[in-house]
Amino acid sequence: MYEILEARPLARGIKLFVIKAPRIARKQRPGQFVIVRLDDCGERIPLTLADADPEAGTVTLVVQAIGKTTMLFNMLEAGDSILDLVGPLGKASEIENFGTIAVVSGSVGTAMAYPTARELKRAGNKVISIVGARSKDLMVLEDEVRAVSDETYICTDDGSYGDKGLVTDKLKEVMAGQKLDYVLACGPVPMMRAVANMTAPQQIKTIVSLNSIMVDGTGMCGGCRVLVNGSSQFACVDGPEFDASQVNFDVLTQRNNMYREQERESIERLQADPQAELDRLRRRNHKIECAAEVVGVTNE
Amino acid sequence: MSNTTQTKTSHNPLPNKERSKLPRQRVPEQDAQVRAHNFLEVNLGFPAEQARQESLRCIECPKPGCIEKCPVSVDVKAVIDLILAEDYMAAAAKVREDNALPAITGRVCPVEDQCESGCVLGKKGEPVGIAYLERFVADWERETGRCGIPRSAPPTGKKVGIIGSGPAALACAGDLIQMGHQVHVFEALHELGGVLVYGIPEFRLPKEIVRHEIDVLHRRGVEFETNVVVGKTVTIDELMNGEGYDAVFIATGAGLPRFLNVPGEHFNGIYSANEFLTRVNLMRAYRFPEYDEPIYPCKDRDVIVVGGGNTAMDAVRSSLRLGAKSASIYYRRTEKEMPARVEEVHHAKDEGVHFEMLVNPVEFIGDEKGNLIAVKCIRQELGEPDDSGRRSPVPIKGSEFVTPCSVAIIAAGTSANPLIRMTTPGLAITKRGYIQADDSLATSKPGVFAGGDIVTGGATVILAMGAGRKAAKSIDEYLKSTVQSVN
Repeated sequence: MYEILEARPLARGIKLFVIKAPRIARKQRPGQFVIVRLDDCGERIPLTLADADPEAGTVTLVVQAIGKTTMLFNMLEAGDSILDLVGPLGKASEIENFGTIAVVSGSVGTAMAYPTARELKRAGNKVISIVGARSKDLMVLEDEVRAVSDETYICTDDGSYGDKGLVTDKLKEVMAGQKLDYVLACGPVPMMRAVANMTAPQQIKTIVSLNSIMVDGTGMCGGCRVLVNGSSQFACVDGPEFDASQVNFDVLTQRNNMYREQERESIERLQADPQAELDRLRRRNHKIECAAEVVGVTNE
Repeated sequence: MSNTTQTKTSHNPLPNKERSKLPRQRVPEQDAQVRAHNFLEVNLGFPAEQARQESLRCIECPKPGCIEKCPVSVDVKAVIDLILAEDYMAAAAKVREDNALPAITGRVCPVEDQCESGCVLGKKGEPVGIAYLERFVADWERETGRCGIPRSAPPTGKKVGIIGSGPAALACAGDLIQMGHQVHVFEALHELGGVLVYGIPEFRLPKEIVRHEIDVLHRRGVEFETNVVVGKTVTIDELMNGEGYDAVFIATGAGLPRFLNVPGEHFNGIYSANEFLTRVNLMRAYRFPEYDEPIYPCKDRDVIVVGGGNTAMDAVRSSLRLGAKSASIYYRRTEKEMPARVEEVHHAKDEGVHFEMLVNPVEFIGDEKGNLIAVKCIRQELGEPDDSGRRSPVPIKGSEFVTPCSVAIIAAGTSANPLIRMTTPGLAITKRGYIQADDSLATSKPGVFAGGDIVTGGATVILAMGAGRKAAKSIDEYLKSTVQSVN
């Protein structure tokens, strides 16, 4: 059982959680992720680690309510617990001094990009951050990003904050003004694909963090397989970061739609009575917590 | 361990001649047509009277072949005698001396190649139903809420970490705890049991049984910790240097699923058997939406499973239970070469699984949305024997054919998971990426032992358990030798 110590709304439908998980906090590196299971009827979903504090033994997750599990997760508050949290999984981001780099992120992808951007800044890079969202109320971690960036650009689709337009429009501008040595893109698939298409002609090393569907997260099931350079790679162990020029984004999109019908059904069930679902989760986890002493199965 | 074999007088009232004339008891089963649509257990197990009748058949050989053929050397003869004495508790404790998981092995062991192949009665007629008897004893114990726990040695003060909680790990834990060592099991998933819970389906091995066996180990003193991916959450070096473990046993299982590497394998509806079974078993996707984990719909659709092992049988029978319109095994050799247990193949056939032999998929075909709609296969014939002694299939030119299907499950084996080898300096590995271990299951790293599928590649539950027991013995010897060197 993993206790939520802090739960803070960051934007519309996006919440930041600080969760007690000492083992994961000790080992976490930027770019890695965890797998979460809320209760004993829950599914396993991957979530990027936005931060960790090894001394406090906590990890930070930024969760956007998109599917049933993330919607239910976002209803939780400090003092609640989630049943399972495992990690840190996947390979850590490659950190070195590339020179001048752009970190392009969309919406909650900013939470993935931020810890890597921070490390890249520490490694001596000139960091240009381009942060996008559909509108102002979906913008997250702006202050954090600004603090680790030499230049920060904000774009919204509707112009409600920063420049009106897409992050790729801004990237184009930046690329016209200076030579980039490295680009990191985290966010929705169409955005990552657009960034990849833009940087490819100039052969700028571009890395994307892929959000495929996973179950175990340790390479055992192969459900997260993506086509990279024409061959199957597992996002959970070979990634989640890949060279953008080699990723087949069509296959990624297609596979991420595999359970669309079931996802819709689950969301409808939740929305029929969200409070009842939340109560059920709390009851189940409380029961397991009480039984844990007897069963003796620990996790921390 | 046992001396009852030599000293006790038999509880069998029948003379030997009459015993071998008794017919083998048939274990009650759920009707094939009914069970093909539910996840309840297929075999129902012996009631006490049938267990007694079957036990009466044992002729109590002076040199029992059954014990010799058992990878963990269960004292079958003594167990059968205790059943006849109706002291089921003692029978359970007797089994547990050598086998930490009797309710499990009694269900999933390939007994026709093991204990039952060593039974003298099998030479002229049918062997004693040893697995059913083992299962009877273990089920009696669980159902009556009692527990035949063997006595442990006094505490040694030594701490052993076991990585994984599958059959090798649990067998090792059972022996080590009995030897008086402190045992801590690390499991990567949220549920304990490894392949017993994510791989083997409910209808062949109910989760409740696995939970019970693990609970018994816990009552014997084994500590369990879930959600720890050794190699990621913590490394072996950290366990041995920082967390004070005196020895570590790596029992992580085989790991990565193999795909066929043919065009179209990324289409929606194509699963590795590992993923399909994990979704159905571990995540209970067959109870979606009550359970959140989804599975690609099999209902009223054509499902093919590529492979001929037990995993393939588990997958194809699961797909039937998910409502498949047709469920077929596509295997590249013939039924004779299939590695699956005979009983599993029979069960699958009874339930209506279709077997297509000597075929190999060459391409998967999808629609414009990327959903699987058909598979293109080529027919094959058997050529010369390969390294494994089995005749290799050779494709027949021009024999390609296309079959519609919506779900394809690839059960073509697994390869070694690299997580541990990549994060453990000094750990020697084989050419194929498995962990190198000597006859005692010691690795190249002092204090680190390895066994089960991560050493041998994909095998069976009981072979993994045999490795777990062997490792326990080696670890015990290692710990004793380090005590001396420290003093």
